[in-house]
Amino acid sequence: MTDTFEPRILAYCCKYCAYAAADLAGSMRLAYPGNIKIIQVPCTGRVDVLHLLKALEDGADGVCVAGCLEGECHFVAGNLKVKKRVQQVQDILTRIGMDPQRVAMFNLSSAMGARFAEIATEMTERVRNLGPSPIGAHLSRLVN
Amino acid sequence: MSQVSHMDKQRAIGAVMVVGGGIAGIQASLDLAEAGFLVHLVERKSAIGGVMAQLDKTFPTNDCSMCIISPKLVEAGRHLNIELHTLTEIEAVSGAAGCFQVQLLEHPRFIDPQKCTACGECAKVCPVELPNTFDQGLQNRRAAFKLYPQGMPSAYAIQKMDPAPCRLACPAGLNVQGYVQMVKQGKYQEALRIIMEELPLPGVLGRICPHGCEDACRRSQVDQPVAIRDLKRLAADRFDPRQIKIACLPPREEKVAIIGAGPAGLSAAYHLARSGVRSVIYEALPKPGGMLRVGIPDHRLPPEILDREIAVITGLGVEILCNTPLGPELTVDDLLEKGYRAVYLAMGAHKGIPLGIPGEKAQGVLQGVDFLREVNLTEKAQVGRKVAIIGGGNVAVDVARSAVRLGAAEVTIIYRRTRREMPAWEEEIQAAEQEEVRIIYLAAPQEVLVTDGRVTGLRLIRMELSAPDASGRRRPIPVPGTEYDVDIDQVIPAIGQQPDLAALGEVAGIQFSRWGTVETDGVTYATSREGVFAGGDLQSGPWIAIGAIDAGREAAESILRYLDGRDLVAGREPKAAGEPIHRPISRREPRRPRVHMPELAEEKRRTGFQEVALGIDTESGRLEAERCLNCGGCSECFQCVEACIAKAVQHDMPPMWKTIAVGAVILAPGFETFNPAPHAPYSYAAHPNVVTSLEFERLLSASGPFQGHLVRPSDHREPDKIAWLQCVGSRDINQCDHEYCSSVCCMYAAKQTVIAKEHSTKPLDTAVFYMDLRTFGKEFDRYCRRAEAEHGVRFIRSRVHTVEPAADGDLRLRYVLESGEIVEEVFDMVVLSVGLTPVADAARLAERLGIELNRHGFVRSGDLEPVGTSREGIFVCGAFQEPKDIPQAVMEASAAAADAGHLLSAARGSLARVRELPPEKDFAGEPPRIGVFVCNCGINIGGSADVPSVRDYASSLPHVVHVEDNLFTCSQDNQDRMKQVLAEKNINRVVVASCSPRTHEPLFQETIREAGLNPYLFEMANIRDQNTWVHMHNPAMATAKAKDLVRMAVAKAAHIEPLHQVTLGIEPAVLVVGGGIAGMEAALGVADQGYQAYLVERSGELGGVALKLSRTWQGAAVGPYVADLVRRVQGHPRVRLFLHTEAVDFSGILGNFRTELITGKERLTSVTAKHGAVILATGGGERRPTEYHYGDHPDILTHLELDAVMEQDPERVRKAGTVAFIQCVGSRTAERPYCSRVCCTYTLQSALAIKERNSETAVFVFYRDIRSYGFRETLYTEARRAGVLFIRYDEALPPEMALTEDRRMVLTGRDHILNRTVMLQPDLLVLASAILPNENRELFELFKVPVNSDGFLVEAHAKLRPVDFASEGIFMAGLAHYPKSIDETIAQARAAVARAMTLLAKDGIRAGGVVAHVRDPDQCACCLVCVRSCPYGVPKVREGRAVIEAAECHGCGICAAECPAKVITLQHFTDEQLLAKSHALFQDPVRSIAAGD
Repeated sequence: MTDTFEPRILAYCCKYCAYAAADLAGSMRLAYPGNIKIIQVPCTGRVDVLHLLKALEDGADGVCVAGCLEGECHFVAGNLKVKKRVQQVQDILTRIGMDPQRVAMFNLSSAMGARFAEIATEMTERVRNLGPSPIGAHLSRLVN
Repeated sequence: MSQVSHMDKQRAIGAVMVVGGGIAGIQASLDLAEAGFLVHLVERKSAIGGVMAQLDKTFPTNDCSMCIISPKLVEAGRHLNIELHTLTEIEAVSGAAGCFQVQLLEHPRFIDPQKCTACGECAKVCPVELPNTFDQGLQNRRAAFKLYPQGMPSAYAIQKMDPAPCRLACPAGLNVQGYVQMVKQGKYQEALRIIMEELPLPGVLGRICPHGCEDACRRSQVDQPVAIRDLKRLAADRFDPRQIKIACLPPREEKVAIIGAGPAGLSAAYHLARSGVRSVIYEALPKPGGMLRVGIPDHRLPPEILDREIAVITGLGVEILCNTPLGPELTVDDLLEKGYRAVYLAMGAHKGIPLGIPGEKAQGVLQGVDFLREVNLTEKAQVGRKVAIIGGGNVAVDVARSAVRLGAAEVTIIYRRTRREMPAWEEEIQAAEQEEVRIIYLAAPQEVLVTDGRVTGLRLIRMELSAPDASGRRRPIPVPGTEYDVDIDQVIPAIGQQPDLAALGEVAGIQFSRWGTVETDGVTYATSREGVFAGGDLQSGPWIAIGAIDAGREAAESILRYLDGRDLVAGREPKAAGEPIHRPISRREPRRPRVHMPELAEEKRRTGFQEVALGIDTESGRLEAERCLNCGGCSECFQCVEACIAKAVQHDMPPMWKTIAVGAVILAPGFETFNPAPHAPYSYAAHPNVVTSLEFERLLSASGPFQGHLVRPSDHREPDKIAWLQCVGSRDINQCDHEYCSSVCCMYAAKQTVIAKEHSTKPLDTAVFYMDLRTFGKEFDRYCRRAEAEHGVRFIRSRVHTVEPAADGDLRLRYVLESGEIVEEVFDMVVLSVGLTPVADAARLAERLGIELNRHGFVRSGDLEPVGTSREGIFVCGAFQEPKDIPQAVMEASAAAADAGHLLSAARGSLARVRELPPEKDFAGEPPRIGVFVCNCGINIGGSADVPSVRDYASSLPHVVHVEDNLFTCSQDNQDRMKQVLAEKNINRVVVASCSPRTHEPLFQETIREAGLNPYLFEMANIRDQNTWVHMHNPAMATAKAKDLVRMAVAKAAHIEPLHQVTLGIEPAVLVVGGGIAGMEAALGVADQGYQAYLVERSGELGGVALKLSRTWQGAAVGPYVADLVRRVQGHPRVRLFLHTEAVDFSGILGNFRTELITGKERLTSVTAKHGAVILATGGGERRPTEYHYGDHPDILTHLELDAVMEQDPERVRKAGTVAFIQCVGSRTAERPYCSRVCCTYTLQSALAIKERNSETAVFVFYRDIRSYGFRETLYTEARRAGVLFIRYDEALPPEMALTEDRRMVLTGRDHILNRTVMLQPDLLVLASAILPNENRELFELFKVPVNSDGFLVEAHAKLRPVDFASEGIFMAGLAHYPKSIDETIAQARAAVARAMTLLAKDGIRAGGVVAHVRDPDQCACCLVCVRSCPYGVPKVREGRAVIEAAECHGCGICAAECPAKVITLQHFTDEQLLAKSHALFQDPVRSIAAGD
C-alpha cells in the first residue's frame, strides 16, 4: 500500500494571498504534486477547527491552511486567529495519537508563486512520509 | 477651487479622462466612476499598474505591493464606468473646462484584448526575446508578451518596432529577422515560407546574394554581422522548397508573356502565378535561369539547386520556352496579338563591355560574360595557359576561378585600383588567392599585344589613386612612363555588362536611356508602350539578383493592376522614412563569434566545379541565428497567429486616432527613475553588480527574475554585503540638474535593507550612505530606528566619492565621513537609490495639454490649489506634480477626483452606464438543477486534461442536468449560448470549470445574472491556473484532478443559495468634525458637490491652527485664504455650521448615521444630524516645549510665536543680531518617535525671512537631519546661499541652553564638521517644537476610530486607503492624521470629500452578499466573542442578541469561525457549503484508483 500511497490533502487558501499565489504558480508554469486540492475562502480567519477535523474525519491524509504573511492579512488578523485554531487541532491530534504534522499552517504573499509550489511539494512529501491517515484506513475497512 | 465660469453648467460633460494608469490614476478613476462619472483611463503601456506593480514590498508596513494593488487592478479593469485605453497617448486637447475634446492615439496592440484569453500560447511560440522591461531588463521576455501576470487588461500584446535594418536593406524587402528566428528554432519549413513570400529562389540567393542585409546588421556594433545568407541557405538545404505549399488565388483567364527566364522574369512569373495570372516565359538560351545560370560558375551555384528552385515556379503552372529569343520571329507585337494581355521584358544584360584598347579583336580575347556562359552551358571552355582577366568585380573573380578549374597554368587579375576598392566580395577574393590566382593592383591594360592575330601579351600601365574628389572617391590615374608588358595568351575583359538591345530595336513605343537600358516608370516599371513592362538588368543596368527579384515582383503587381484596370501607382509611392526606432543594444550583450562556413578542401577544388561552400550544420545555424538582436521587436514570423486558437492576433492592426469628449482631465502619468548610466563615478554602466533601486525591487520580488532569491546579477551568488547610495539623481546639481529631493528614497532604501536581510539565507551586512535621513512620513522614523537597532542596518552619514570595480565582481567604495575621514570599504553589490524624474516626454505632454511646468520639469501647481494646473479643468496628482510616496499620490488622486467632481457636479450620472437586468428568477423550494460548463481554454486546458472525459464525468454527479465543453467558455458567443441553455433547461445553479475565479468569476456572475439567475448561484472550478498549467506534462493527473475539482464545485453548488443585496437609502449629507482648514475644505467640498454638510467646531472660531500661520512654504498668504474659507462656509446654503458644538452620541449604519450634537456653553441645545458619512478633521497643534528654558525667557519662541512676532513687531526681529533655531524639539525622541514633517521647511522659510529683513543677522540652525523634501530643498539651498549656518547635533547630544545671571542666553553645541564646540549668545531662540494631534479621546471613542501610539488617527491602509478608516463611511483629514503642510492638508480634505462622494453619489448602499449573518439570534448567548474577534468592530449586542449590520460587514468570516454556538455564518461560505466541498473531495463515488494516478 505504502509503495503506491498518494496522500490526499486539502488546502484552505485565502482569496487575497495564498489562492492568488497558487494562480501565479500556474501562470509561471511551476509543477507541483497534484495531491493537494484547494478550497478558497475569503480569509483564512473563516476556517474553523471543525473544517479541519471534518476533513480528517472524511479521510484526508493532510489538511493545511495557507494565508497571508503574518501582519499582512487583508482582514487585519484573520491569519493569526486561524493559526491558533491550527495549533488547537494539532493538539487534538496529538492527544488522540495521530501525528500533528498532518495539519499545517503556511503564510505567503500573492507574489510568491514559487513558494506556493514549494509548500505544495513540502506538504505532500511530509504527509507521504507519515503514510496514510489511520482514519482513512479505518474508513476503507468499513467500506470493504 | 475654480468654478466652471465661461460655460453653461448644464452643458458640462459627465466624463473625465485620467491620464496614467499607475496607482494614482487608478484611484482617481475608481473614485470618479463610483461617484457617477464615466472615466476614460489612458495608459501608455499595455497594462495598468505603473511602478507600484513592480515593487516588491511597500513601506512602512512591508506589505506585498502586488497583493495590495492587484484587487485595485481588477476593480478598475472590470468597472462598468472605467474604459481602459492602453498603449494610448494624448495628441491634443481642445475646448475648455467642462467640455474638452481630447485627441488620442492608440498604438496597435496586435492582439485583440476582447478575444485574448491570456493563455500565453503566443508567447510560447514567439521566437523573439526582448528585455523584460517590467523586470528592468534583468531577464528577457518574448515579443508577444503580457506586461506581468496580474496586469489588466488581462491580454497579451506584441511589441513591434520599426522593421529591422536587414529587412530595410534588402532590395526585395525579405523579412530577414523572421526567417532568422525560424532557423534559430530549427523551423526550416516556416523559414522558407517567410522567405518565399517574396523570393522563390531561397537556395540560390542563399548562395550568391551579396547580402546588403548583413552590411546593415546592427550586430556589427557588438562584434560581426549575423551570417544571414548562410542561414537562408541552411533553411533551403534542410527543407526542399518544392515542398512548400504556396497559396495561389484561383486561376484567371488572362495570360502574360515574359521575356527572359532570369531572376526578374522568374520572380514576375512566380508572383503573377500566386495572384492567379498564368504566364509563359520566352528564353533565348537553352536553359532557364538567366545570369544565375550562365553568369555564375557552378562552384558557387550548383545547377541542380537552380533547377530545383525553378521547379518551384514551374510547379505553379508557369511555362518556360527555351531557345525562343525575341527577334524578328517573335516580336512584342506578335505576343500582344497572340492574346497575351501584357508583356514583361526581362532579358537582362548579357553583353560584355569592351576595353576599348588596341588589339581587342585578336584571337584569344573573350568577354568575361561570354566565357562564363560557355563554361556554364557546356562545362568547358577554351582557356589559355596564361590568362589575364581585366576587372575587379565578382565576374572577374568568377572567370579567374573558373579558368583555374579549367586548367589554366597562370591566372592573373588586373585591377586598376587597390584591394580596398575592389568590388568583388572579400571572401571570393580570398578564395581566388587560395586557388593561386594572382592579382595585380593599380594597373590598367593599354594594349593587347598580338602576334599573328593571336594574343601574346598585354601592355599595362601603372596607376595611382587621386586625392578623394568631392564625392570621396579616389580616381585611378595612369602614371606616365610606367608601361610594362606581360606575357599572356588569353585576355578576358570583365569590366561590365550591358543589355543587348538588338531584339528590342524594332519595338514601337519603347524608349531607351543613354546607358542603353529600357526607360520605365520608377514605381510601376511600365514602359511607354501600353501593356509592356520591363525590369531587371535590362532596365536597371547590371545589378544584383535580389534587385531583379524585387523588380519582378513589382512588375507582377503592376501587371495585375493593369489587368484589373486599377491605378498602377496608388499606394506604392516611396514613403519618406524617419529615423527608424530599433531595439536598443544592451550594454550587457555578450560578444559571440560569427559562424564559419565550411569549405571544400583546396585540393579538390581545382579538379572540377564542385561547390566550394558546403553549408553550415543545424547546430551552427541555431547558434548563429541566436546572435540576431531582433532589432525590429516582433519578427513577424506569424507563429503566434497559428498558435492562437482564439484568433486574437492581428498583425495588421493599425494605429487608431480617436477623439473623446470629457469635462475634465486628471494627469497622473507618474515618473521615471533617474538613469545613472551616463555618470561614470557610480560604475553603473560598467558593472552588473551596481543596480538601481528599482532593479533591486525586481531582484527581491518573488515574481522577479530570481524568484526572490537574493543573488547578484554577475554570478548569481548570494551577497554578504550590500551598500545603498542615497541621493543618486536627487539633491544634485553637479552630476545632474535635479536640485530637488525625491522624498521617497531614504524610506525605500531603509525598507530594502530590511527586506534584503529577510531574503538572505545568511547574515547580510547592509549599509546606507546618506546625507540627511529623510524619513518624515507616518511611522517612518520608527521603521528606521528598528532597522538600525533590531536589524543592524548601518546608516552612514557620508559622501561617497567613487564606486570602483574590485576583484571577484565586488565593488570598492571610497567615502568621506562627516569628520573628513576617508574610508574605503568593499561590497558585493551596490544599490543606487535613484531619484524620481519627470516622465520622458513631460514637456511634450505639457505642451499638448496647454499646461505649465515648473523649473524642475514637473507640473506647476499652487499650495492652495494642490491638484490644480495652469489650465482650468485639468488637474494633476501623483509624482507628475512632485516626487512623492504612494499614500500622498493616492490622496491627491482622490483630491483631483473631488475637484473634477465639483467642476462637473451638474453632469454627474449623465454618462454613467447602468446595466439593464431582467428580474431575478425565484427558484425557492426547487431542487438544484446544475449546469456544468467545462472550458478547453484553447489548448490550455484541453491540451493537458481530457476535457470530454471531465465533461462526461460531470454529468454523473448529483443534480447535474446539463454538461458541455467549450473552446472558450468566456467568449462572447459562448456567454450568449450559456444564457440560452440556462433558460431552456431551467438551470438554477451554474458551475464553470475553467480558469481562476479571481479573474473570471465576476464575468460569469454577470452572465448568469443577465439570464435572470442570482449571481451567487455560481461556483467555479479552477482547472487551468491550478491544474493544467501545473500538470501540463501529466495528462492523467490533470484529468483526475480536474474531475476532483469539478466534483467539489458541484457539491458546493448543490448547497448555494441566492443572496440578495438590500439597497438602503442614503442620507445625502456629511458630518464634518473640526473647523480648521481641513474641516472647512471638506465641508465646502461636500456642499459644492451638491450635498448637505454639517460642520461642527467645538470652539467659537473657525480656522484652527491656520489662524496663526502667515504664509505657505511657497509664499501664499494664509490669512486671506482662511478668511475666504470662513466667508464661504458661513454663506454656503448647504453648509450648516455648529460652533461651540460637540458630538455626544453617534449611531446608525453606513449611509444612515445619526449624530447628536450639543451646542452652547451655559445653555445647551441639542440637535440630531442625519448623515451618510463622517469626516473627522479634528486637527492638531504645536506642542508647548519643556526643553531649552522655554517659558523662562521672552526671547525663546516657538515657530508660531516667531510668526506672530514677525507680523506684529518686525523691528524686534530685524534688530536681533543672532537668531538660533533648534530643530526636533520634542519630535523624533524616545517619547515621540515621529518626525513632525513641517518644521524643517518652516525653519528654512523663517531663516530666509530673517535674512531678508536684515542680511547682517547671524542665523544658526541646530538640526539632526534637514528634511526639506521635494521642491522644499530649494529653500535649503537658498538658506545656505544666504549664509544661514547649519550645525548638526546627535539625538544623544543636543545643544545646551543656559541663561546667565544677566538673563542672556548661551547656547552651546558641537560642530561635527569642524569637530569643535560652538558657543552662541542668540538674541532670539526659536524652537521647532513637535506637532501634536488635538486631544479628542472621547470623540474618537464615540466614532470608534483607532489612534496610534502617538495619538494620530489610523487609516484603513497606510498605502492605499490613506483617508479612510477601516469602518466604512468615516474619513479623516488634516493634522489629526499626521503633521502636514497646508497644501497636503487641503489635498487630504478634498480626498476625503471624494471618498465620501463614492458613497453619497449612489442611489443606495448595497448591503449583503458575502457577509456574516446571525442566522439564529435566539440561540445567541451574548458571549461577545464575535464583538471581540471582529477586526472592524461590526458586531454589536443589542437586546440580548448579536447584531451584524450587512452594510458594515467586510465579509472575512472570522466571527463565524469563532462563534461557539455557530449562530453566525458567513454567507456563500457557510459550514454546510465548505464541508460539502471538502466531503466531496474525499468521498468520490466514482473513484476507483488512488489520487495522483
